[in-house]
Amino acid sequence: MDLRDSPSDEKFRRELRSWLAAAVPAHGRPPVAESDWSARREYDVAWQRKLFDAGYAGINWPKEYGGRDASLTEQLVYYEEIARARAPYVGVNFVGLLHGGPTIMAEGTPEQKARHIGPIIRGEQVWCQGFSEPGAGSDLASLKTRAERDGDCYVVSGHKIWTSFAQVADYCELLVRTDPNAPKHRGITWLAMPMDLPGIEIRPLPTLMGSGEFSEVFLESVRVPVECRVGAENDGWRVTNVTLSFERGTAFASDMVMLQQSVRDLAELARKVTRGDASAWEDRGLRREIGHLAAELDALWAMVKYTVSEVGKTGVPPMTGSCIKLYYSELKQRLGELGLRLLGRAALSRDDVAGLPAGSVVYSALQSLSLTIAAGSSQIQRNIISERILQLPREPR
Amino acid sequence: MDFQRSDDQRALQEGIRAFCDGRVSLEALRALEEKFDRALWGELAEMGVFALRQPESRGGVGLGMADAVLVFSELGRRLVPGPLAWTHLLADRIDGAGSGETVVGGVDALDPRGGPVLVEHPGALDALVVLRADGVFRVDPKALRTEPIEIPLDPHTPVARVVELPRGERIGSADDARRLRLEGSVLASAQLLGVAEMSQELATAYARGREQFGRPIGSFQAIKHILADAFVRQELARAAVYAAGATLDQPEVGSAERAAAAARIAAGEAALKNARACVQVHGGMGYTWEIPAHYYLKRAIVLENAFGSGEEQSERMAELLQA
Repeated sequence: MDLRDSPSDEKFRRELRSWLAAAVPAHGRPPVAESDWSARREYDVAWQRKLFDAGYAGINWPKEYGGRDASLTEQLVYYEEIARARAPYVGVNFVGLLHGGPTIMAEGTPEQKARHIGPIIRGEQVWCQGFSEPGAGSDLASLKTRAERDGDCYVVSGHKIWTSFAQVADYCELLVRTDPNAPKHRGITWLAMPMDLPGIEIRPLPTLMGSGEFSEVFLESVRVPVECRVGAENDGWRVTNVTLSFERGTAFASDMVMLQQSVRDLAELARKVTRGDASAWEDRGLRREIGHLAAELDALWAMVKYTVSEVGKTGVPPMTGSCIKLYYSELKQRLGELGLRLLGRAALSRDDVAGLPAGSVVYSALQSLSLTIAAGSSQIQRNIISERILQLPREPR
Repeated sequence: MDFQRSDDQRALQEGIRAFCDGRVSLEALRALEEKFDRALWGELAEMGVFALRQPESRGGVGLGMADAVLVFSELGRRLVPGPLAWTHLLADRIDGAGSGETVVGGVDALDPRGGPVLVEHPGALDALVVLRADGVFRVDPKALRTEPIEIPLDPHTPVARVVELPRGERIGSADDARRLRLEGSVLASAQLLGVAEMSQELATAYARGREQFGRPIGSFQAIKHILADAFVRQELARAAVYAAGATLDQPEVGSAERAAAAARIAAGEAALKNARACVQVHGGMGYTWEIPAHYYLKRAIVLENAFGSGEEQSERMAELLQA
């Protein structure tokens, strides 16, 4: 057991830190209006381009596709430094870099690779995800969006939901049903759908934050060329799951480092707000609560390191990925709740008030509610842990 | 960074596990209620449990805290009784501790909590140490005035109330006392990890086999999710305990105190909650003396109060946030 950086990781850290120290301030602040999608796209893709030019794009992508092909420990260093420098978030490049691109690398034809891989990593092509439907959430394989073959096109009709970045995406990784008579996992096909085709309608779906993060996408007889199909017809479920093996336990690494800053911010807040004659920090119970959360976060970070080292050694995707996701998302919610309690009545404001950071604290508390739902709800994660790791009898499905 | 056990570390851990599985089975543990097994103590010494971190010149193996936490988590899994951590910690200062001839117990007078002073395994001790703000002191256990406690919480951890604690002979500095307490806390956290692990495993095994409504109860989400949470707590505790072991050996990677605090908080909570879950999943049988769930819960409470407490560590952690 050795927690020290290897000499090469240390060198990587030094170089990245010094590059970020100049590049992050030079890139400026992200657009203020969350609904200004074109400004957000411009900001995010420009940052992606800078990462690419500096050799830091596609940190886990193979070199042949323009990536850095960093070792797992280097990736951890990367996420730590990115968070520490408060560098721009991956933003609109999320789906392309983390899912669409890797899927095409694994399953795409040479033409598809040429069309998508380079543009994604350079920040020239933005993707969105068309997986979930109103009737297909946790049970994704029950999706109903229909695609019927007509000559060299699929004619696609259906309704997708929770689609981030749809307003500014060039392509959508779309799951459609091509065989309604096959068992549900076997009649699905994966399409790289251009978002400028006729018949695509995007409607914003405001979240409880009031923001336009998500959209619904309505598809009415959209003619998607067959050449957009990745993998074989009706093999889309397997194609989708291939990329899950890309996940190596580092998914929330940056967020965790940022969460450590949030704990320190909560301690700061506790010193500002009062309870009786003293600051809340003088309240031993509250202080212990903050210390307890900080300890849990340290433990979770140790778990990420442990998992990453394990994968580095065995090459097998970690069984504990679900554990990290589950614990991280619930921990962040508890931090949010504590933030609201510390704010007290100042939490009635979504803006900073009387020198208190109500804006960011209330934002995090509300935003954290999505974490236990998205990317496999906490309940699904517990099913996965109890069935795949503890080998308990499976749920009917 | 390579935060995994080396082949040697795995072999060490597996050796201790095989020994404990064979020697401290559930039947053996039942027979050990309120008894101290000196023969077992000697065998543990032969396995290197006490002299593990001593140099070879003192009959030791020359290993570090990262190795010790692996050994102590195994001892925790099987609820091996006795003042294990104290004897291990004092192996270099008290003759015969490493070899198992001298059973060493202790009193942690640095614990900020008031209340009665209870010493564990009073009848078995050949030597007693006291950790005080001004140093480490050795006290003759015979010179200790105690009141017996007829019914200890944990049937494998007899206790007596110390009425008068002699000053004793100074055998270490104030820094030594703080360091021993820190190491003791990490060793207790390692034992708590073992308790958490085994509590989860016992509950999961029961849930696979026990049928109600014509199905194994482990097929119901209400039970599954209890066990999934228990597993997550256990793995979180493992990472934190191993990290604490490694950080105590390699101070350049971070604050040893902070790592020890995180380990205690994660492992203490994992052990207490998993042991309670173990009682719950066993249903009515979990509430009986026959099912060992109560042994695990009781030991979790004993260990959670060894070398400080989760509460103290939470507060320390908050202070360390400012650093």
